[in-house]
Amino acid sequence: MNDRTLLFFQFILVCMLTACDSEPWNNPHAGGEESLNIVYSSFSERPKHLDPVRSYSSNEYQFLAQIYEPPLQYHYLKRPYTLVPLTAEHLPRVRYLDAAGEPVPSWRTDEIAYSEYIVTIKPGIHYQPHPAFAKDAQGRARYLELQREDLKDVHVLSDFVHTGTRELVAEDYVYQIKRIASPFLHSPIAGVMREYIVGFDAFRNQAGERYRDQPDAWHDLRELVFAGLYVDDRYTYRIRIEGKYPQLVFWLAMPFFSPMPWEAEKFYSQPGMDERNISLNWYPVGTGPFMLAENNPNLRMVMEKNPNFHGERYPSEGEPQDLGNGLLADAGKELPLVHKAVYSLEKENIPYWNKFLQGYYDASGVSSDSFDQAIQFGSQGDIQLTDRMREKDIQLETSVTTSILYMGFNMLDPVVGGDSERARLLRRAISIAVDYEEYISIFANGRGIPAQSPLPPGIFGHVEGAAGVNPYVYDWVNGELKRKDIRYARQLMAEAGYEDGFDRASGKQLVLYFDTPGAGPGAKAHFSWLRKQYQKLGIQLVIRATDYNRFQEKMRKGTGQIFQWGWNADYPDPENFFFLLYGPNSKVQHSGENATNYQNPEFDRLFEQMKNIGNGPHRMQVIQEMTRILQRDAPWLWGFHPKAFSLFHSWYRNVKPNLMANNVLKYKRVDGQLRETRRAEWNRPRYWPLIILSGVLLVSFVPAVIGFYRRERGTLR
Amino acid sequence: MIAYIIRRVLYAIPILVGVNVITFLLFFVVNTPDDMARMFLGQKHVTQEQVEDWKTERGYHYPLFYNMQEEGADTIRKTIFYNKSLRLFIFDFGRSDSGRDIGFDITQRMWPSLAIAVPQLLIGLLVAITFALLIAFFRATYIDYWAVVICVALMSISSLFYIIGGQYVMGKILRVVPISGFETGLFGIKFLILPVLIGIVGGIGSSTRWYRTIFLEEMNRDYVRTARAKGIAEQVVLFRHVLRNALIPILTGVVVILPLLFMGSLITESFFGIPGLGSYTIDAINRQDFAIVRSMVFLGAFLYIVGLLLTDISYTIVDPRVRLR
Repeated sequence: MNDRTLLFFQFILVCMLTACDSEPWNNPHAGGEESLNIVYSSFSERPKHLDPVRSYSSNEYQFLAQIYEPPLQYHYLKRPYTLVPLTAEHLPRVRYLDAAGEPVPSWRTDEIAYSEYIVTIKPGIHYQPHPAFAKDAQGRARYLELQREDLKDVHVLSDFVHTGTRELVAEDYVYQIKRIASPFLHSPIAGVMREYIVGFDAFRNQAGERYRDQPDAWHDLRELVFAGLYVDDRYTYRIRIEGKYPQLVFWLAMPFFSPMPWEAEKFYSQPGMDERNISLNWYPVGTGPFMLAENNPNLRMVMEKNPNFHGERYPSEGEPQDLGNGLLADAGKELPLVHKAVYSLEKENIPYWNKFLQGYYDASGVSSDSFDQAIQFGSQGDIQLTDRMREKDIQLETSVTTSILYMGFNMLDPVVGGDSERARLLRRAISIAVDYEEYISIFANGRGIPAQSPLPPGIFGHVEGAAGVNPYVYDWVNGELKRKDIRYARQLMAEAGYEDGFDRASGKQLVLYFDTPGAGPGAKAHFSWLRKQYQKLGIQLVIRATDYNRFQEKMRKGTGQIFQWGWNADYPDPENFFFLLYGPNSKVQHSGENATNYQNPEFDRLFEQMKNIGNGPHRMQVIQEMTRILQRDAPWLWGFHPKAFSLFHSWYRNVKPNLMANNVLKYKRVDGQLRETRRAEWNRPRYWPLIILSGVLLVSFVPAVIGFYRRERGTLR
Repeated sequence: MIAYIIRRVLYAIPILVGVNVITFLLFFVVNTPDDMARMFLGQKHVTQEQVEDWKTERGYHYPLFYNMQEEGADTIRKTIFYNKSLRLFIFDFGRSDSGRDIGFDITQRMWPSLAIAVPQLLIGLLVAITFALLIAFFRATYIDYWAVVICVALMSISSLFYIIGGQYVMGKILRVVPISGFETGLFGIKFLILPVLIGIVGGIGSSTRWYRTIFLEEMNRDYVRTARAKGIAEQVVLFRHVLRNALIPILTGVVVILPLLFMGSLITESFFGIPGLGSYTIDAINRQDFAIVRSMVFLGAFLYIVGLLLTDISYTIVDPRVRLR
């Protein structure tokens, strides 16, 4: 072996020894001391929008809610979900006005023509550092009058050398509401808000005209008058709405109603910005605890602590068990508790799950693929972590989501729809036959509870126990839900004129159609199960699988018959569920969210009454009456409310599922030292199999080499 | 040769138009502009008016190919096809339906694709040629027999199996590389090891068999027999004579795929979280972003044509007997 070869092997040996001392080889994150106070999480789909006017999905809110601050937020620990001020001084004051604009007391409901929500924000809140606020020595904006040639060295936002900030003012909130109304920004809630906010349509038309005249220019919305919006002073604004709409306060806790500084819009609309993909949709500007330091949704999103954050304290009260669960250990501490959060793109479940087990992600959901590895059922049917999870000190949190997965009947359909007793009996019989307890057990690994009405637990109006049972489908026996016997369902079928599934009039077997966007091998088992459920009544179920676009089209046109769909609450109010069955919200006639096109005048009347009254005994009574109507008419098979399971490592603290709040990153804390120790312990590389494999490969060449030399030196015979 | 190249470039135009028309037709058979708008605007609370506004703003309110409402040139000009497809021919990819500059995104995302594809190609080529030479050398022995069996077995396994198995063994059991991820710079090398290795192992079966066939064909030629008859050592025969001559079909086969290395791999990029052009295309299909889909299909077709042209040219370089006219 010559000197050079010896040197090479020495170098390799040094590299290997160095690697043994440093971080695990399989660590996908950059290591070092700075990694101690960082949350490591993931996202599976790149966010489509990061502009709060457009964004409306949970994978976008995961980032956006940490950056933008609407005036209100949900209390992190309290249940039922409680609204508390965020940037507002206190919850909005509401005053009611008559048609002439004079104040009227809240109890004179007939005279109320308008409601005004008066929001006062805290002074002294500042935006994150951003070039849109940068000023020169003379106090003039540095980057708001740029020409295309000024951007020749600019490729990303951080190429702007100077940044600045300014105080948050009431005008910024009003500006954002004007953005919601601007047609060219395509806010998904424009259709809802136009029904309530005074002057919405007039403003929309004005803004639309301006845009049509100059589609590429910046439109200063401050110049346009919006009749229902008022800026009373630097920190106070008012929103005037038609009649009463108590649910508006919930919208005020969503990113749609976050402040937007006009400077940011102007900055991003300058010539040349678009070509560099520098836009508000890519680089958000907020006042929240974090700012987006790296936006590479194809790889990683990084949030860093906003140095200008106004300061907020960890809550010091919650539910009684929170103290015992250690959720109040950080009470009164300044938020956020971590200085950075790294979200990596993980499109596939398997790598994501394995990295969680290796300690490279702090928390994880439980997919069907990994369910058996993580969860087991005890002898009493209780949910437990597997030994493997317990060895790693992984914790489990479960919660019933504020959502529902239901099977709907198209009420415009001549067979299953309509208000006739025959159709009603048929729907009720099907409701009994389709065994959702079995469905939850087979297809959701037991993660769900059968629904009795549209309202999930945690929403006002949901009733637990015997009083909450749907009497048309279940009985309450020995303190437990019991699905009615299938013979009773068959009897209902006979009463409806479908004895053993055969139409008495025509003598033909009843054939029903299930429209679904699901297809592929995964859906086959589901379809087969579904057919069997209908077969219990002698009904032949035909599956009409199509793609999601066609499925939606069928729903819009009302040509489907039976379908499965779901709803996830926007806010914790029964109105947000009952409106899915409100007649004037029907999909076919009004393009609304009532996909079954259910219409019941009594239900609609009660809905209008219920949505305007505050939570209390009267509202509960109305809700129960509405629920009874729905249970009797059975426009939906109530399906189930899914349960969310989340796993997290022992170093990840302050974890409490909050299904309404999205701005929860600021409450999270990590014990970085413990994480480092565990990662090192769990990820010691095993290189001996590679050495053995290399040896085997080398040895396998021996016969070849021997053969070669034998042939080379052999003589011809 | 220049005349030949010009002729081939001219031939490429109708091919690219055809590819464009077919992509356009296939896309709009499955998705209507209404579907695209709804996908973009979200599922909740979206009104038809908002859908119409979105379409108008992005030019999807026009008919697909022929506008009967207009007269003269506008019957063609005011159509989705004219507005969305013609600029591609000057490589102006325009903006995606979500508003981003596609050309900019392509230039950003081709590098991660290349970071995987180039080492995969070069190392894979080296390994496959080495194995193929070895097998050819031991032709008609048990080594040859078992090597062919192993090659066929390797060819028969799905690439998905290699990926999941590789991640399991190397990332989870042996813990020597990250399971997935991507980084730039030196720290990023460890993320390339596994996808490159899996790409090589996944492709080694077919390429080794192919190269073996080429080598065997070459080894039966007269000049090889002559070389052996002159008493030249077998390794010299293989490396100096057989390999050189066999490189002609190998190199021309490689040249055709060179331009396509930019396009990345759909499955590998998705499983390893590599932000390349493969995952860019998949994301666009899932989001029904027609602007990106048509751009990527166009680019793929263009690069394939370039690859074929380069192959023809490379023939003239490696084999002086070939002349392009």
